[in-house]
Amino acid sequence: MEQVDMNTAEATTPPPVCRAGEGAMSIRKVGKIYDPEGVHVVALKDCSLEIAAGEFVAIVGPSGCGKSTLLNTIAGFDGLTSGEILLDGEPLATVDKDPSPGPDRVVVFQHGALFPWKTVLQNVTYGPVVQGVMSEEAANERAQEMLSRVGLNDIETAYPGQLSSGMQRRVEIIRALINNPKVLLLDEPFRAMDTVTKSASHQYLLELYDATGKTIFFITHDLEEAIFLADKVLVMTTRPGYIKKTLQVNLPRPRQYSMLASEEFLAMKAQLVEAVHEEAVKAFEAGEREMA
Amino acid sequence: MNPYIVLGLLLMAVLAVGAWQQKKKARLYEISWGHQIRKTLTSRSFLLQMGGFVAFVVIWELTVKVFALPWFNRLPGPWECLLEWLSPDPDFGISIYTEDYYTHIIYSTYRATTAFVLATLLGVPMGLLMGWSRKFYDYSFPLVELIRPIPPLAWVPLAILILPGDEPAVIFVTFLVAFFVTALNTLLGVESIDESYFRAARCLGADKRRLLFDVVLPGAMPFIFTGLQISMGAAWFSLVAGEMIAAQYGLGFLIWDSYSLIQYPVIVIGMATLGVIGWISSAAVRSVGRKLMAWRERELYGS
Repeated sequence: MEQVDMNTAEATTPPPVCRAGEGAMSIRKVGKIYDPEGVHVVALKDCSLEIAAGEFVAIVGPSGCGKSTLLNTIAGFDGLTSGEILLDGEPLATVDKDPSPGPDRVVVFQHGALFPWKTVLQNVTYGPVVQGVMSEEAANERAQEMLSRVGLNDIETAYPGQLSSGMQRRVEIIRALINNPKVLLLDEPFRAMDTVTKSASHQYLLELYDATGKTIFFITHDLEEAIFLADKVLVMTTRPGYIKKTLQVNLPRPRQYSMLASEEFLAMKAQLVEAVHEEAVKAFEAGEREMA
Repeated sequence: MNPYIVLGLLLMAVLAVGAWQQKKKARLYEISWGHQIRKTLTSRSFLLQMGGFVAFVVIWELTVKVFALPWFNRLPGPWECLLEWLSPDPDFGISIYTEDYYTHIIYSTYRATTAFVLATLLGVPMGLLMGWSRKFYDYSFPLVELIRPIPPLAWVPLAILILPGDEPAVIFVTFLVAFFVTALNTLLGVESIDESYFRAARCLGADKRRLLFDVVLPGAMPFIFTGLQISMGAAWFSLVAGEMIAAQYGLGFLIWDSYSLIQYPVIVIGMATLGVIGWISSAAVRSVGRKLMAWRERELYGS
């Protein structure tokens, strides 16, 4: 049953948009079993997906479905128990080789992880300086240039706690991009934002994406956000997690807000709503069983 | 000098400090000096604070002098103690004009400071190591938990046997208490750091050593300073106890000695002095903490 689902999804998927460059990822039959105190939790099972270099991929699915687990295995925070992950053809993580985090796959976190004890500038330059790839002066210059490109001038000496959540997230994305990563991993970065901040955040993320052409792996449970931003939206099943449906988004770039009301957009949204709702019901029922 | 004049001068000094602090606040909100002082003097919290002091002194006077309750009637009243403290020619040889008074203060301060500094220099790294390395935690934590509950005074005899003379022994017991408080608060601080900061630093290319300096230490800082304030208090607490048992000078010794010699006002002078010094030392630790954690200050109050 699972296999059939995946096959139909793949059969209807047109070839991905290809951009020249690095950051092609191949996730092959990845499985992750947590075993705290002998409770066998299968977070991921035979989870496979292909991400082309420079592709913007969004993963949606009910809470606790293993989206974050998948991101954590790619980022190198967690090992996997079966399958393998390749980055540009090189094995990144296999069963034998635990991945370790690195500046080629930088994560932007759900609740934000700017160091509160460092200024904005110190935060942004942290990567290049700690890796020793740039001198502090060169890094400062580059950081200022990148910050001003997203409209963040004159906040270099501020501490993150003094910024709005929208600005914080922008700084965090710049802190990731300054390392010139192959893949940007975004874990529901706009989750806790109000509507206005969120749509402004979409705008600058899209601008950055169009300018840099980085591969982006974006986790969210906001379906509109997923369609509006991504080239490809993947629906993940409830635990054990695998990719149930792949939706190719063929909206032209740069994306415009008017697209949100287009018939094409609404049709895609309807497809996703159905697929996600099914999983949400399953997840809810599974939760009820666990509680009983 | 007449003690009443000294008393008057002291009160004026307190008012001047208060006014100066209010002025700082007044400048911030652009309110006039006079208005700010008037507002403070009539504010509910100021009146309550003063009320607390007054009530304390009144109850003291009533129980000891006016009603002279049994057992209480042996104690000196507040006025008597204050006059003795400020007298140029004290009945029992200890007042702000006598050299002995300052000798005791200096001895105690020196011991408490030495113990506190040693405890900080050893306790902070110990706590950081315990939080940073699982192996070191497993190795040391059970031992720490076993030794920590031993009350400081129980260490005095051993300390005297091991260490040369009374002086290091008193400092050692003082150090011990401050050390455990500092180490455990530092450990708590490391444990309180959000996992995402570690993950973010590793993503950005930090190795384990950089994590220690860039995440563990600054992340634990708020807890470390809370710990240092408590450790300062604990240091004074066990110092005085140590001095009562094994010392020739110091405020603890002074208090105990005055008890033996039936010089009761001196006991109160010693106690009040400890209160003032303890308050000053915690305020000093707090202000160093604020300077080191500007990020937190600005986060809390805006720029």
